[in-house]
Amino acid sequence: MSIIVDFKADPNFEKQLAALGGEDVKLCFQCGTCTASCPSGRRTSYRVRKIMREAQLDMKEAIISSQELWECSTCYTCVERCPRQVPIVDVIVALRNMAVAEGHIYAAHKKTASNLYTTGHTVPINDEIKAQRKALGLSEVPPTVLSDSAAFADLKKIMDATKFDAIVKE
Amino acid sequence: MTKYAFFLGCIAPLRYPGIEKSTRVVCQKLGVELVDITGASCCPAPGVIRAFNRNTWLAAAARNLALAEKMGLPIVTICNGCYGSLFEAADVLNKEPEKLAEINAILKTIGMEYKGTTKVYHFADVLYREVGIEKIKAAITKPLNYGVATFYGCHFLKPSSIKNIDDPENPHVLDDLVEATGCKSLPRKQKTLCCGSGGGLKAAFGDVAKEFTKTNLENMQASGAQFIVDVCPFCHLQFDTSEKDLGFNIPVLHLSQLYGIAMGMSEQELGLSAHKIPVKL
Repeated sequence: MSIIVDFKADPNFEKQLAALGGEDVKLCFQCGTCTASCPSGRRTSYRVRKIMREAQLDMKEAIISSQELWECSTCYTCVERCPRQVPIVDVIVALRNMAVAEGHIYAAHKKTASNLYTTGHTVPINDEIKAQRKALGLSEVPPTVLSDSAAFADLKKIMDATKFDAIVKE
Repeated sequence: MTKYAFFLGCIAPLRYPGIEKSTRVVCQKLGVELVDITGASCCPAPGVIRAFNRNTWLAAAARNLALAEKMGLPIVTICNGCYGSLFEAADVLNKEPEKLAEINAILKTIGMEYKGTTKVYHFADVLYREVGIEKIKAAITKPLNYGVATFYGCHFLKPSSIKNIDDPENPHVLDDLVEATGCKSLPRKQKTLCCGSGGGLKAAFGDVAKEFTKTNLENMQASGAQFIVDVCPFCHLQFDTSEKDLGFNIPVLHLSQLYGIAMGMSEQELGLSAHKIPVKL
């Protein structure tokens, strides 16, 4: 046990992970059911068990700079099968939050974030869709933030209050 | 008549409006009243936005939940992503009073509050558990006899510990719903395999996502399926836009569209022209 404790590289890491919803990674006993069940791991070098272990050992840098962290499709197969009921997807989400906070984000993801920040939706509306909607007898613009500027201003205020603008503007 | 706040999300209204239209028509025929949530936003997407900034995700989801709460209605979604996001955000806010207080401090700046009362349901779950197979069968005016591949996607049933809809390893709800039209749900290998598009995989690693999709399509083809029937516009988009590149040609229908066909909606009303893989009935 002392060897593991000595290995802990970042005393704040556990707190950060817990605050982001990833506290229960400590329950993992490394059986590997997650990796064996993972459809992404069958096609990429993503190994769920490895990331869970690295998280237990506070190996923040190794995790947040890895491509594998972004190869989870959040299918929850591992979560369903985990004999320790570790909410693995929540742990991955928490780790991704840490990665993004330190500037690790793919251009395509930044684009999705930017769509949300500028329109309130993750995909943009266009003239072709407006025409299709009209032909179906739907409102040309859906009754969402897209057709309510005050509602969009509210959403933007929330995004700014939670520092989402930092992701988009970086 | 049961009444729900209709959560649109992004992909249905902005890429496959026929799914939105079919849902509106089918729900009306089944006695489920849908009321628009004026000013709702993206759920926001659980695999990307939640992964970028969990507090933004939670606060924006809480805003959507609060809009429905003000209407005094439970939410119904037609998308697994919206369902996953709103259901899980509501679950976090219910279980963690401190987090709820933190989020409410943010909502207060826009004059809103989330009390924690909004229930979130998936369209297919409402049809199965509330409307029921018998009532659906009674509303079918044009029985169908296609062999179909049902596609549950991931976030309709999982995580099952909080959703409690069906066995995620061996589900039957969507098969039962599809067979109510007279169609036959065909057995196939790896029926519960992810489409590949979730978690930001489609955007960042599209080729990896397509490998998931390809395995699914191979198994669907081998089963002899004439249609894919999904309950999620994002899975729908993934299949519909990947098939050509992958050398497949199996038309994709959202459950609402299959029901639309079986309840006599015209091809025009179903919005099939938005589909990349032509749907021939």
